Amino acid sequence: MFYREAGDFKTTYSDDSQTFPLQLDRMGYYAVLAVAFLVVPFVIDDYWATSVMVPFLIYAIATLGLNILTGYAGQVSLGTGGFMAVGAYATYKLTTSFPDISILIHIVLAGFITALVGMLFGLPSLRIKGFYLAVATLAAQFFLVWLFNKVPWFYNYSASGQITMPERTVLGQLVTGPSVSAPAKYLVCLVFAVALAWLARNLTRGMLGRQWMAIRDMDIAAEIIGVNPLKAKLTAFGVSSFLIGIAGALFFAVYLGAAEVGEAFGINKSFLVLFMVIIGGLGSIFGSFAGAAFLVLLPVFLKNVLVGGMGWPTDLAAHVELMIVGALIVFFLIVEPHGLAQLWRLTKEKLRLWPFPH
Amino acid sequence: MTMQDSHSLAPGRHSARTTTPGPVDQGADVQPYVTADGRRIGGVLMDLRNITLRFGGVEAIKNISFDIREGEIRAIIGPNGAGKSSMLNVISGFYVPQEGEVWFKGFRRGPMRPYQVARLGIARTFQNIALFDGMTVLDNIMTGRLTMMKSNMLQQALWWGTAEREEIAHREKVEKIIDFLEIQNIRKTPVGRLPYGLKKRVELARALAAEPGLLLLDEPMAGMNVEEKEDMSRFILDVNDEFGTTIALIEHDMGVVMDLSDRVVVMDYGRKIGDGTPDEVRNNQAVIDAYLGVAHD
Ligand SMILES: Nc1ncnc2c1ncn2[C@@H]1O[C@H](COP(=O)(O)OP(=O)(O)OP(=O)(O)O)[C@@H](O)[C@H]1O
Ligand SMILES: [Mg+2]
Repeated sequence: MFYREAGDFKTTYSDDSQTFPLQLDRMGYYAVLAVAFLVVPFVIDDYWATSVMVPFLIYAIATLGLNILTGYAGQVSLGTGGFMAVGAYATYKLTTSFPDISILIHIVLAGFITALVGMLFGLPSLRIKGFYLAVATLAAQFFLVWLFNKVPWFYNYSASGQITMPERTVLGQLVTGPSVSAPAKYLVCLVFAVALAWLARNLTRGMLGRQWMAIRDMDIAAEIIGVNPLKAKLTAFGVSSFLIGIAGALFFAVYLGAAEVGEAFGINKSFLVLFMVIIGGLGSIFGSFAGAAFLVLLPVFLKNVLVGGMGWPTDLAAHVELMIVGALIVFFLIVEPHGLAQLWRLTKEKLRLWPFPH
Repeated sequence: MTMQDSHSLAPGRHSARTTTPGPVDQGADVQPYVTADGRRIGGVLMDLRNITLRFGGVEAIKNISFDIREGEIRAIIGPNGAGKSSMLNVISGFYVPQEGEVWFKGFRRGPMRPYQVARLGIARTFQNIALFDGMTVLDNIMTGRLTMMKSNMLQQALWWGTAEREEIAHREKVEKIIDFLEIQNIRKTPVGRLPYGLKKRVELARALAAEPGLLLLDEPMAGMNVEEKEDMSRFILDVNDEFGTTIALIEHDMGVVMDLSDRVVVMDYGRKIGDGTPDEVRNNQAVIDAYLGVAHD
């Protein structure tokens, strides 16, 4: 079977605006979903869950969130870590205050709370752009970390200043705490990642997504066709922060189990997620997953090959990792701002025409 | 793009569009009338009264009044820097004039943001193309339907009920415009990759997608070759003819202006120096002086 559109005719406009216009793409996507839901949970072990799949899924959600803001709506943000912290602390406060309500509901609520906070910090975007907005969101990052450190109410006055996730169950299955099983952790994150990616896809292909992209590409023209810049920018901040908040909630509740804000949600997080967006591809849902996968897998891969396989010292491997990431960022920023997603698209274009390229 | 060559003030090539002179003095008699080629010109749609616009110390528009009547093609001409684009920017809400009143459909318009003006049914194109380069032609044109979309964020997020139905309904309208402007083959092309002439056409398509009551075109033919200009002229006439859209356009090519427009406003150094049918304007001494570069007082 060939990968191409000949013979794959679209007879309705709804067919034409599908997420995966080519049937083969669609089938590949369903196959991935089927494996993710029906196979992986039965084979995943603790190592794969903790070092690969769970961080990948959580970062994919955060990257998707930042990509909506930066890739689709064109608003730079360095506050991702801070917004993840909001999601984490909101979950912590909610679940310790209302332990009987499902943790899933708390995580979603934490997303909404982060959305509100994100919109608040997004207000300056109406006046300032680019570099100045980046600095403003950087201020948000430092302010939020400072706030969660300084106000003991947020960490329930614990002596260590840390927040620790109590054990919570979903359908009788333990999903948080130290003794949670690998499949449970993985499945919770998978459900959130798939559901949120679907929502993000719908929003970005519809009218709201077009408004975001219009603001990104030319804000003056956007306004003239009827885009209210206030609404477009604030919805972008809101949706973006919603996703990032849920990522932060999962990062704390399912992945870490206990967190100290500066360490878990510091400025490094903001940069890491931004790099994932850049490497994966600005303005692409698929790219968000690709970027997250790449930067989660790279250290694991290097550790196994360089340290495990070739016996390099760990710190040298870490330096190599930094250099590779740095070089890739420069490469993608200069050569291919649409990232891995675009490389993938180009490969598919070639395949479509193969074996007759002209 | 200055119009210095005098022959461009010669009579239009296609006299079919020359109109039966209607009442041109605003405020006076605004009886509807029918043009020679059978288009109905109605009452005053937009009335600009004593508009003055300053940028710091510079007066870009000096106490200008004119009106735009329903169904007509109204040209605004004048040398570079005369204030034509500024005038369109006042109409579309980019600039708020320091003095004067803007009346639309019989109501005085308060200061409005451009996106609010869009919702009144006023669409426009720009002198320097202002498309969304990262989006496809189709998505660019779809944005033009924005003011007519009703589904809320939740419906769009779930792609459910109204959201999908609306998307399809609007897509059908947009496809009609795509057919009309003969750009079917570039539907899915990112706009950034298109040549200049096609970009201008896509920008017109986006403005038309809004089904505007008043369409503002800022130099729709600037930088085009003869063939592209002819296409564009035809599209403008067809829009006006078939949809009855009122059009105000800025253009430097005098031949085009004389062919297309029912009435012409002439500006120079922020002042209005002429207003009337193409024939009247052509024979107006002040206009001839301005174009021939007669020294200003
Ligand atoms: N945003 C602005 N700030 C300051 N001055 C401006 C601004 N916009 C326009 N002007 C000035 O107002 C005057 C009229 O400009 P405008 O762009 O309206 O002219 P125009 O008739 O459209 O000219 P052209 O044929 O070159 O497009 C010019 O002197 C211009 O420098
Ligand atoms: Mg101009």
